[in-house]
Amino acid sequence: MNKTIKAFGLALVLTTALAGMAMAQPTEVRIGVALEPPALDPTAGAAEAIDIVVYQNVFEGLTRIDQTGAVQPGLAESWTISEDGLTYTFKLHDGVTFHDGTSFDAEDVKFSFERILAADSTNAHPEFYKPITSITVIDPLTIELKLDRPIGRFLFDLGRGDAVIVAPESADNNANEPIGTGPFAFVQWDKGSRVILEAYGPYWGEPVHLTKASYVFIGDTATMTNALLAGDIDGTNNFATDALAVFEGNPQFNVLVGTTEGETILSTNNKKPPFDNLKVRQAMAHALDRQAIIDGTTNGYGAPIGAPFAPHNPYYVDLTATYPHDLEAAKALLAEAGLPDGFSATLKLPPVAYARTSGQIIASQFAEVGIKLELINVEWAQWLEDVYTNKDFDLTIVSHVEPFDIGNYANPDYYFGYDNPEFQALIEKLNGTTDEAVRKDLAIEAQTILANDAVNGYLFELAQTGVWNAKLTGMWQNSPIEGLVLRDIAWTE
Amino acid sequence: MRRLLSHPSLVIGLVATVIFLVIGLLSLVWTPYPIEQIDIGRRYLGPSAAHWLGTDNLGRDLASLLMSGTWTSFLVAAVAVAIGVGLGVPLGLAAVAWGGAVEWLVLRLTDFVFAFPAVIVAILITALIGPGAINAIVAIGIFNIPVFARVARGGALSIATLDFVAAGRLAGLGRAMIAWRHLLPNIMSLIIVQGTIQTSLGILAEAGLSYIGLGTQPPATSLGLMLRDAQGVFLIHPWLTLVPGLAIVLIVIALNIAGDGLRDAIDPRLRQGNPNVLA
Repeated sequence: MNKTIKAFGLALVLTTALAGMAMAQPTEVRIGVALEPPALDPTAGAAEAIDIVVYQNVFEGLTRIDQTGAVQPGLAESWTISEDGLTYTFKLHDGVTFHDGTSFDAEDVKFSFERILAADSTNAHPEFYKPITSITVIDPLTIELKLDRPIGRFLFDLGRGDAVIVAPESADNNANEPIGTGPFAFVQWDKGSRVILEAYGPYWGEPVHLTKASYVFIGDTATMTNALLAGDIDGTNNFATDALAVFEGNPQFNVLVGTTEGETILSTNNKKPPFDNLKVRQAMAHALDRQAIIDGTTNGYGAPIGAPFAPHNPYYVDLTATYPHDLEAAKALLAEAGLPDGFSATLKLPPVAYARTSGQIIASQFAEVGIKLELINVEWAQWLEDVYTNKDFDLTIVSHVEPFDIGNYANPDYYFGYDNPEFQALIEKLNGTTDEAVRKDLAIEAQTILANDAVNGYLFELAQTGVWNAKLTGMWQNSPIEGLVLRDIAWTE
Repeated sequence: MRRLLSHPSLVIGLVATVIFLVIGLLSLVWTPYPIEQIDIGRRYLGPSAAHWLGTDNLGRDLASLLMSGTWTSFLVAAVAVAIGVGLGVPLGLAAVAWGGAVEWLVLRLTDFVFAFPAVIVAILITALIGPGAINAIVAIGIFNIPVFARVARGGALSIATLDFVAAGRLAGLGRAMIAWRHLLPNIMSLIIVQGTIQTSLGILAEAGLSYIGLGTQPPATSLGLMLRDAQGVFLIHPWLTLVPGLAIVLIVIALNIAGDGLRDAIDPRLRQGNPNVLA
């Protein structure tokens, strides 16, 4: 008798416990992403995939960029800028710790910037921080940065993944075991499969809603579709537009269409004949039918661009009509350039759908004016080595995803090799200008130069097409900076 | 000839194979639309009078792609089989004619190649010379060599002990001459049958390699590549996967039953009342 009651009681307790578990709000999220990062240190690589995992989640900078692209206080709770725009004094948050338990103070900030500016720096964009001439620790919670010239977007640049604050104790291992100050701590990286992050208890800022987040790497659209439908993952920040129709109108999913900073371009090796000839580049621009490329590659979700500049940026000017789709004009320009029968070239395509698909379309469009393209599919590692580092290419298709990356065109050593002193002077002037109206005029002038010079084939601005479980909230619809910020993501009923 | 035609699976298999082969050959001189012609405006069309099998995600005519893809598949498989026959059969015959160390070497070499999965070799070749149809031909060809070496050796072994071979040897023929004049003609039927089967395996292998991106590269096409392009939109446009998928299945079945029929029809061991070749 006694036993029966005990057994019954146990069953009751079990049932209640199970019911309780079923009722509780889930606090874990599993996110599918297409590309696995090559490493996890955002200060030592250009790959967007790194920022998708760690930016603002594991690592934080002095400032942070919010969903609208505006600058918010990050590790610096406040700052003052001197009258001449050359001295920035940051007041740092108190009580911040790194995930390994070491404390954060001004010395870490100094270390991080000295690391970026070092001669052997592996940072992808040291040029943003080159104007820093001195880094002075005033007290453990105050740091002063001096610049050699005013920079209009300095606070934004401080909020990029390239400028997150790392600790001297752990910086060398960040590629495999990232240790930052963010709301999520790195737990493990199963190479080829997933990265797991867990909420960091002693986080200094507003507590996050999730307790655990996994990034699952799924390169293939069909697998991603099935994983979403089966509930193996709770969402993805950027789903292939081809198959988006599967989720549109399905009440279990929330399709978020927004903008990104990704200008997709037909990158052209400006130093290599015949592409060093402006007429050839103009002919190529005339041969491109942007709308067909956008429809075929992104199912109409991309916005056409006539210069490497995001259409949602307030400084944007529509230059898509500079070289309209005109086969006769293209042929005439090729003839003027001494290539009446066209020419042959190679087109190296990285393993992303937008490149592989638009590559085939462009090859077909160029064939109409006699330019024969050989398509060469390459993997990312090979692309980074051959194209980006060794500049061994004719043409390639890639999306430049950094905000306001028009400055790349002022770097004659950048992989597409555009060297125009007039443009370089203009960017120099733009960087040194803080007056909004003047900045806008200069930015428009810069875009116009690049459009007229047809440096690259400007194709379209990538859209962000997220597919998420309908019960999730807080995802960024637009992507004003590379990253997939978990801060506001939460489950609702 | 009548005996051949009275074999139903052989007839069905051969006829179907020839139909696909003709479709493939035709693509060399004519397709309804050029396959590299992309027209975004008419993508994802269903079958119609203008496009018999509809259009794909880039507005290319599916019937044209299918014709061209069938040709690629046949070509890759046939060249690969030719490599296998050209290198494998002499190796197998040499093993029988010389025996001893030569035989040991040939057998160990075939074991060695059999131990490597075809895909690994294809990846290796891709790393060396980049992906492409040639890569697929070489990878599949390498795997055909030991198959034909084994078949040739197996067939030749049983013939080498027969009296007419001994008579040839007494008449002063060298080993190479015996292999060429007496062994090879008697194993031709085996090789033809095996060649048919290997062609169907080669078509499957080519489709597999192209599907994982190591075979044929755009703008050329192959059945495997068409499958790869279509799989992302499988849930929305299943038709695009069905067309190349069914084509692969039908070609492979056709070649296999043709091969089975051929074996039944010309393999002497299965033939009744023909005692003069083999006991």
